Amino acid sequence: MKNRTNRLPDRRRRTLLSQLIGASFGITALLGSSLHAADVNTTGLAVTDDTVTVGILHSVTGTMAISETGSVQAEKLAIEQINAMGGVLGRKIVYEQEDGASDWPTFAEKAKKLLVNDKVAAVFGCWTSASRKAVLPVFEQYNGMLYYPTFYEGLEQSPNVIYTGQEATQQILSGIDWVAETKGAKSFFLLGSDYIWPRTSNKIARKHIEKLGLKVVGEEYYPLGHTQFNSVINKIKLKKPDVIYAIVVGGSNVAFYKQLKAAGIDMTKEKPLLLTISVTEDEILGIGGDNINGAYAAMKYFQSLDNENNKEFVAAFKEMWGDDIVIGDVTQAAYLGPWLWKAAVEKAGSFDIDKVRAASPGIELTSAPEGYVRIHENHHLWSKTRIGLAKPDGQYELMYETSELMEPDPFPKGYQ
Amino acid sequence: MFSDYSWAELGSIFAMQGFAGLSLFSVYLLMALGLAIIFGQMGVINMAHGEFMILGAYVTYLCSNMVQQYLPFLFGGYFFVAIVLAFIVTAALGALVEWLLIRHLYKRPLDTLLATWGLSLILQQLYRTIFGAREVGVDLPSWMLGSISANDMIDIPINGLVVMSITLLIALGVYLLMFRSGFGRQTRAVVQNRVMAGAVGINTEKVDRLTFSLGCGIAGIAGSAFTMVGSTGPTAGQLYIVDTFLVVVFGGAASLLGTVASAFTISQAQSTLEFFLSGSMAKVLTLVTVVVILMLRPQGLFASKVRR
Repeated sequence: MKNRTNRLPDRRRRTLLSQLIGASFGITALLGSSLHAADVNTTGLAVTDDTVTVGILHSVTGTMAISETGSVQAEKLAIEQINAMGGVLGRKIVYEQEDGASDWPTFAEKAKKLLVNDKVAAVFGCWTSASRKAVLPVFEQYNGMLYYPTFYEGLEQSPNVIYTGQEATQQILSGIDWVAETKGAKSFFLLGSDYIWPRTSNKIARKHIEKLGLKVVGEEYYPLGHTQFNSVINKIKLKKPDVIYAIVVGGSNVAFYKQLKAAGIDMTKEKPLLLTISVTEDEILGIGGDNINGAYAAMKYFQSLDNENNKEFVAAFKEMWGDDIVIGDVTQAAYLGPWLWKAAVEKAGSFDIDKVRAASPGIELTSAPEGYVRIHENHHLWSKTRIGLAKPDGQYELMYETSELMEPDPFPKGYQ
Repeated sequence: MFSDYSWAELGSIFAMQGFAGLSLFSVYLLMALGLAIIFGQMGVINMAHGEFMILGAYVTYLCSNMVQQYLPFLFGGYFFVAIVLAFIVTAALGALVEWLLIRHLYKRPLDTLLATWGLSLILQQLYRTIFGAREVGVDLPSWMLGSISANDMIDIPINGLVVMSITLLIALGVYLLMFRSGFGRQTRAVVQNRVMAGAVGINTEKVDRLTFSLGCGIAGIAGSAFTMVGSTGPTAGQLYIVDTFLVVVFGGAASLLGTVASAFTISQAQSTLEFFLSGSMAKVLTLVTVVVILMLRPQGLFASKVRR
């Protein structure tokens, strides 16, 4: 990753500094690193003259390890790259990694440990909404900063969290618009795993579908870990929807797509087509490219995106973690975390949480693999939404992207 | 809800639904058979049953990769070799576990719950270390994918048919082994009265080990077969364990016929309810029914008529 991010404001700030300080002490303060730790850290965070400590908090054991491994890898890559460029305010980033072990109380406990004992300057972590909800009170009580990578259901906005994934409306609305406009879809069958994210997302989807004057012919939820989908597949066959809108997660995902294919529903045909917001390249590894060939996914990032930032990112990621690795939407969002934090710290000229928070809105990254992103006042990211077509080799082919950045709207009016 | 559809459509859907019920039945039966032997016959509460299944799935995965790499022309038939290998590997691990762990706990059946639960955690982490935390995709020969279409509404999934035939064969095999062979007679004798069986010259330790490893081996076959319909990952075994115990306990722990009957009842109830209600409600209703029946009939559907 090149040092394109925030070069300008940073340089301007340094010039200003050097003029001010240079006047009295000679030209000593050309680099940020010459600032003493006490000046950039007034609240006792783990910042020394050469290092700054951050936390990584994900599950590397338990059920969620499947999903969270990619995020950990992305965050470590970003940290390594930032260090290779000279670190943040001239300080190398050191990380303290904790394992949430797919257990929500453990997440809260480890978050407290990172904030209270290790005094980390920022935490990159969490994946499920349940784990984020568990750590939220801890971050608010001890005033920490969490960079949360997953696309999620919205309905939340905390001063102590930067949400680097998409919230529900960003992911859902343009996907539905697209199938309605380009594929002429008239009827939808909504399907999901039975917990907050799929239910909230389908609620938004249903409202939007009905607003467009189209029809929802079925809405079904199955318990997490459900492995037998033959009955609902029969129901889908009976109702003959134009679009199967699927938000199935985890192990259920694999069973669902295998059984869908076995039941003779060919997604490469015009109808029914399948649109999902829960299957990234990571999940396709388990599902098998042949089983999901022809499905559409609506999210903000695909590994196959054709731009310079992404090519560099994919190459660096593979160099660090091996050639067979795939990169999904959340992995890319996790990669943004350390960069957004670096940019905010440098804009603030301080590691203090309150100053970083104040500096965050408006922070932009031109070097993001997904393209340009910017932090909104509500701590979510402005980002484009893209539609990908699943290929047998397990990659998505980009079919469409929104021309404008989608505004994050975690509390959508008219969708609740 | 049916007024909008023609009779032909309804007929086809009911045929498909019947098939879905049968295919769920064979999945339930296949996963429960191994546990019915271990829990039902030996009284060991094997919480690691799901992990033995996943071992079978991983063996299939390795086998598929090897065959694709070295013997691609055999790929069409590798699945049957994989099933046999899955049986051998899981049965061997079962025998080892019995020798190291379970045989010390026969007098303390409740402790087997904790011990095997620990074992399941160890195995999960082992899979995660060896195969990675991500799920793996098992490639299947193309003839196993897709479906046979009878008309434009009825598509019979081929993998469902394969799972069904495997279940049928294994169930038949277990029946012959338990009720028509010397080994089965010995096993049943040990279950009924361990001391007396020992007194008449049966090597009870050997019978225990073989029975346990047989149960594990069948779990391995189930895991191998489920690569066609489900996921293969370190924790995928957890998806099956609750349903498996449900089927075995509901059927009456000590009765193999009970396991068959209970797998049939639960699967039919589940798939019919899923069709008319939503998925989560179907699950809730099925569980409530099972709980009520177990309250009225704590010994399960088929009580064994053994005097202990």
